[in-house]
Amino acid sequence: MARAALLRRLTWQTGTIVKIVTETARTRTIALQVPEWRGHRGGQHVDIRLTADDGYQAQRSYSIASAPSDAQVEITVERLHDGEVSPYLVDQLRLGDELELRGPVGGYFVWQDSPGGPLLLIAGGSGIVPFRSMLRHHRSIHSTVPVQLLYSVRTPEDLFYREELMRMATSDEIDISLTFTRTQPPGWNGYDRRIDREMLVESGWSPGADPLVYVCGPTAFVETAAELLVGIGHDPRRIRTERFGGIGENP
Amino acid sequence: MTPTSRGFLGSRRTDADPSRIPPGQYVTTAFPVLSAGPTPHTPLDRWTFSIRGAVAEPISWTWDEFRALPSENITTDIHCVTKWSKLDTEWMGVSLDTLLAGVQSSAGHALVFCDGGYTTNLPIADLTGGKAWITYGFGGASLDSQHGGPARLLVPHLYFWKSAKWVRGLDLRDEDQPGFWERYGYHNYGDPWQEQRYSGD
Repeated sequence: MARAALLRRLTWQTGTIVKIVTETARTRTIALQVPEWRGHRGGQHVDIRLTADDGYQAQRSYSIASAPSDAQVEITVERLHDGEVSPYLVDQLRLGDELELRGPVGGYFVWQDSPGGPLLLIAGGSGIVPFRSMLRHHRSIHSTVPVQLLYSVRTPEDLFYREELMRMATSDEIDISLTFTRTQPPGWNGYDRRIDREMLVESGWSPGADPLVYVCGPTAFVETAAELLVGIGHDPRRIRTERFGGIGENP
Repeated sequence: MTPTSRGFLGSRRTDADPSRIPPGQYVTTAFPVLSAGPTPHTPLDRWTFSIRGAVAEPISWTWDEFRALPSENITTDIHCVTKWSKLDTEWMGVSLDTLLAGVQSSAGHALVFCDGGYTTNLPIADLTGGKAWITYGFGGASLDSQHGGPARLLVPHLYFWKSAKWVRGLDLRDEDQPGFWERYGYHNYGDPWQEQRYSGD
């Protein structure tokens, strides 16, 4: 790793909102034009800072949803009940607004076509966001690394990036399994329950394939998935986790 | 020039003393969990706490020996680099002053090591003088494994990634060596009052 690059100070930059896409009733993807973006790796995040008229500031971290090669930096933000920053980003931010950001941050929960081995991605709810960045990167570099994604949501209305994931799933390298834990689409014959051992055995690489595993989602989801993976025989050192605290929100 | 965010008011808390909140932090009553990998579960009969490295004589305690040491109740505020702060958290643990009392060493640094492979580095001066503990209790109960149980380092005056979960010992060193997050772009020291979140801050 280029230690020198890491030691450069991460300064606050100002991005301009150039695109807003509604993902679900309480989630938007926000695309920022950032003139001096230094680039990022799939799985990293950014700090966002809001400033009130009187100088009061609030910061939060968000996973980057766009690929390193994309022209804009995108974040997908879910409005948290009694949140301070997310309601503003989801409900008030408009095209053309300026937003302060600092990043990219984090160097462990990242994927760049290496380290090797097949890739197993396990997402719960908004935990899909960093995987969109990794999968877009996978597509843009024409990676031949086989990927299995298991994505758990409560209802069809909670699914992020529906069309894009459908398109990705048509590639030979990417398999996507969905589970709808509360309400299923009409005619659905796939998984309809919370992730369990059987589901991970059926839809994920076996430990023998020595996959690199990334798990992202609410704390309880990640804890459950990671314990199940270790129980199946996956090497704990090959399992990387990112837990969204989900402060003020029921898992 | 910091642009203002049109229409942003913020949900400022009036019940928390602002002098207790470092810059860029907000107060939560939840206790979020952040870890880089699966939660390890080391049985207590195989657990030890060791001090090794640049010491005249390495020293190690079994769980029972560790729990027989004098312990303290600690009430303190904690500050996570991901922006949340939690006030008046209640811990029970053994002071590092107690654990280091019999250790002969001129080392200036410690690399903390843990189950699961996590490490973090601190100056010895930040572990002594009533500033750091190896904790085993939280909120009147034993420390939950998700929060680092059976034992977790508590160094509340630094960002909370320095308070290593599933702690198993200290490797004392003459020279500083960055730990896990410190190698991934986070600040080497991590003082929340200086907002030392990332390298170069």
